[in-house]
Amino acid sequence: MEPPYKILVVDDEPDLEPLMLQRMRRDIRKGQYEFVFAHDGNEALECLSAHEDVDMILSDINMPGMDGLTLLEQIPKVDPEIRAVMVSAYGDMKNIRTAMNRGAFDFVTKPIDFEDLRVTIDRTLRHMAEWRDALRSRDKLVAIQNELGVAQKIQQSVLPTEFPTSDSYEIDGRMEAAREVGGDFYDVIRLDNGKVGLSVADVSDKGVPAALFMMSTLTLLKGSAIGLGDPGAILSEVNNLLEEENEAAMFVTLFYAVFNPANGLFTYSNGGHNPPVIIHADGSSTILPATNGIALGVAPGWEYDEASVTLTPGETIILYTDGVTEAMNAEGEEFGLDRLRQILSESRPSAARQANSIIFDAVREFAGDTPQSDDITCLTFRRSES
Amino acid sequence: MVTNEQEDGATTWTVAETKNLTVEGERKSGTLIAKASGRIDGSNAREFQDALETFLENDISSLVLDLEHLSYISSAGLRVILLVSKKLQRNSAQFGVCSLSVSISEVFQISGFDKIIRTHSTQADALSAINA
Repeated sequence: MEPPYKILVVDDEPDLEPLMLQRMRRDIRKGQYEFVFAHDGNEALECLSAHEDVDMILSDINMPGMDGLTLLEQIPKVDPEIRAVMVSAYGDMKNIRTAMNRGAFDFVTKPIDFEDLRVTIDRTLRHMAEWRDALRSRDKLVAIQNELGVAQKIQQSVLPTEFPTSDSYEIDGRMEAAREVGGDFYDVIRLDNGKVGLSVADVSDKGVPAALFMMSTLTLLKGSAIGLGDPGAILSEVNNLLEEENEAAMFVTLFYAVFNPANGLFTYSNGGHNPPVIIHADGSSTILPATNGIALGVAPGWEYDEASVTLTPGETIILYTDGVTEAMNAEGEEFGLDRLRQILSESRPSAARQANSIIFDAVREFAGDTPQSDDITCLTFRRSES
Repeated sequence: MVTNEQEDGATTWTVAETKNLTVEGERKSGTLIAKASGRIDGSNAREFQDALETFLENDISSLVLDLEHLSYISSAGLRVILLVSKKLQRNSAQFGVCSLSVSISEVFQISGFDKIIRTHSTQADALSAINA
């Protein structure tokens, strides 16, 4: 809102117009105010329709034709945002009350004290400016939220939903994104000689910067995985690439493994991520031992080690993010790693997809109505019984 | 910022007090101790960062972050600690974290942050490491 502010004055008193112009002449000359006049409610409504740029209304209550109280009811139909200040006889509390109940912003009494009127007008205009500002911000916010929705869809769409099938293994991945755009991802990368690469990751923080960081990690990882082959070397390379120009100190915890169906070897490197759980054929479980990793993007030049385990037929390995173990219930308790191991031991899933369904169902049941604050991600790999 | 003059002349500040997090500062033998209590997650990591950066404005030579009364820290909170650590490093100032609970210490171990940020079991340990 910028001056001159246009004020619509409604009064049947013919003397008011010259008086107002005379008393407010300085403000008019300074380009602060501009006045338009109407002599009853009907004329005021016509004037509002004709001058769309009216910023506020100053109206008498008692007028022939349409009176001020009826006008108050009609104003929102023409412009719901405009504010009206009413002029009433001194002590006429009944009409003032009615006017306030009908949405008048303020009132002044007759005889008009022009100094007081000026203060009231300025206060009303300030309020109008803030109100219009708030409306604009709201529109902007809606637009941003729509964009975030698009970002979330893009993010979801880069995650695989179909998985390579083989006689020797099966894979299932799933992510349930929290309301905000987050930073979890998983990926399955087909490599030479029937090998397959598996990754799960969690970017620090949420929002658009996290989503962008996640996308670049995903791309860098895929490139390195195809080019280099060894998990330790891959993490070392991705770490260095991410660390360049990382002023915001974002980081990503990343677990990457390669499974070789020829010998059942599962070779992995853990970059500061929650260690995966192996469910053995008898239902017991083991936590995959740590390598010497650090979250990627923070320690340039770090050499990531790798380790190997042999998966026997019927063994399942669960790669997950902390959205699973840190899911909270109404009492503020965490789902926890112990519970994850316990439900998997008890249910002994016979397929990767079934394991993920069991985990997601259990987390959902545990959390109840507590809002999900983090992405929940599981990538499950199972070596088939031969 | 709320400043309280204590009887012994030491000064403590409360620089952040959101719903779940309080950050207080205290000077001890030339080192600034920042105590964070409550929990730090995505919803208040920004306030945590602002609070620590208020301390950094004072051109300090050493900062100890005491997490004794912190019950939870998310990756968003770890990121703030990393930022602060990097800033102090650039200014050749010392930085340490102390009094980690079992669960917070687990977060540091899993993420590997214990390999790049010095952690001490008590505040006294942290202070003597800095003054050594």
